[in-house]
Amino acid sequence: MKVDVALIDRLSNLAKLRFEQDEKEDLAGKLESIIGFVDKLQEVPVQGIEPLIHMGDAVNVWRDDAVHMEITKEEALKNAPLADSDYFKVPKVLKKK
Amino acid sequence: MNKESYEAVIGLEVHAQLLTKTKAYSSDIAEYGGDPNTHVSVVTLGHPGTLPVFNKRTAELAITMGLATHCKIREHNLFARKNYFYADLPKGYQITQDQTPICTEGYVEIGESRKEKRIGITRIHMEEDAGKSIHELDPYFTLIDLNRAGTPLIEIVSEPDLRSGEEAYEYLTEIRKLVRYLAICDGNMEEGSLRCDANISVRKKGASEFGVKVEVKNMNSIRNVKRAIDHEIERQIAAIENGETISQETRSFDAAAGTTFSMRSKEAAHDYRYFPEPDLPPLRIHAAMVEEIRSGMPALPKELQKRYEQELGLSTYDAALLTAEKSVVTYFEALIQHTTRYKAAANWILGPVREWLNAGARDMDDFPVAPAQLAALLALIDEGKLSFSAAAQQLLPVWVEEPDTAPDALAQKLNLIQETDEAFIEQLVDEALKAFPDKVAEYRNGKKGLIGLFMGEVMKRSKGKADPKVATALLQKKLEA
Repeated sequence: MKVDVALIDRLSNLAKLRFEQDEKEDLAGKLESIIGFVDKLQEVPVQGIEPLIHMGDAVNVWRDDAVHMEITKEEALKNAPLADSDYFKVPKVLKKK
Repeated sequence: MNKESYEAVIGLEVHAQLLTKTKAYSSDIAEYGGDPNTHVSVVTLGHPGTLPVFNKRTAELAITMGLATHCKIREHNLFARKNYFYADLPKGYQITQDQTPICTEGYVEIGESRKEKRIGITRIHMEEDAGKSIHELDPYFTLIDLNRAGTPLIEIVSEPDLRSGEEAYEYLTEIRKLVRYLAICDGNMEEGSLRCDANISVRKKGASEFGVKVEVKNMNSIRNVKRAIDHEIERQIAAIENGETISQETRSFDAAAGTTFSMRSKEAAHDYRYFPEPDLPPLRIHAAMVEEIRSGMPALPKELQKRYEQELGLSTYDAALLTAEKSVVTYFEALIQHTTRYKAAANWILGPVREWLNAGARDMDDFPVAPAQLAALLALIDEGKLSFSAAAQQLLPVWVEEPDTAPDALAQKLNLIQETDEAFIEQLVDEALKAFPDKVAEYRNGKKGLIGLFMGEVMKRSKGKADPKVATALLQKKLEA
């Protein structure tokens, strides 16, 4: 699969990451070789085989609807890069209008 | 512009917050409100290394809604990750169902019972809500409250079967009625526990292809959904008539102006990169579980409405009002165990009782008079011992304060029992006629309206207690004699 700078741009946009032009070219080459490595798998015939999504046979691993509180607000906010006493704080998200 | 040559094609996506105690994938409380960031857990916060555990109740409520809308219930369910980057979604993905919605191919009926229209339900799937972003509180930052994050939702997707804002209004009203009735969701559109997006396109009548669809968001009441759709249909028809092309986009409803404006175009559409959620094992919904849920469900409003119309002889209007709320149905069902005066029973619930409820912003469950007691009151009125107006205006306000008093005892105490003794009333009628010989002559000369005057006279002489039915009959008999 061909990986070009346009694809790197799209992926970095989705991942909210920013790269310089030389980094993009470097990444394009590296990503292409990684995908090429994984592409090898495409050669295995898999017609008629159900995709394996879960490693075990477990189904219906569920719990009853009972409240169990484990952490406080202070603990919740403790590891945030930015917070006040009540809220997480993030860069201003402009309301679209 | 020739509006008549176009038809609109509308599908609705409704998100309903489920009335569970806990979140969809963790055991922290799912209650609305609370101090910010107090209804959270490490799973809700998306901390590394934490794993979701599914809330069985989420599936039960989704299946309940599926059964209420005649859906097929899927046996083998998977969860999927829907990836997007936003501050109120700490994990960076929403756990939802992509290829395997738990309910499919159902319908709801809208319109009056004799000209019903079926609106198809494409699918109902389970997912989780995001947190809340607060833009106004802080001038430099957006604040995030994650209390709502992880709250279970169902998304109910309709077929593009709706043709007008009015039909969308009826459909949404029916969905809201069902989720409230079945205690799936509290249905509060203002607080956002029930949300609706509309996909709208227009096409020339008779065309087989759909037009380009526009998605409209941010309509926080059923009435606004109708207004937004009506406006959007007009806007699209006008654009086509002007030779413009409709672009596929997302628009937002401006409730103050009654118009829609563009939020984002499809070119900037998200790439959600769905893939199966590896952290949650599949669900296998066995037929026995579905049957258990089905057998625990009450008769649905539409079924009851039909029964009330056909078997009890109530009007469509009354039957629809009676079946709008579960608590009203419960009371009415108990009431008709004690009386066959169905029409009177409906009139009392929808008249004096409802007035009392509304006056104090009360719920039907707050009405203190037992159904058997109210049935006894209906009998008293029917037998002519008490007039409807005396019962409604004088007895009821006292009764709700002492609901255990039997209605006949209370009516006697309040001196409201009507005189039905014919001999006694006849005497009063004779007195009344004797007092106005000239009016009697006028009546006999054709001035029939004068019967009101004689009735007033009889009532005065009986201190308001003569049974009006008996008095009227006697007056007519004597005057026509």
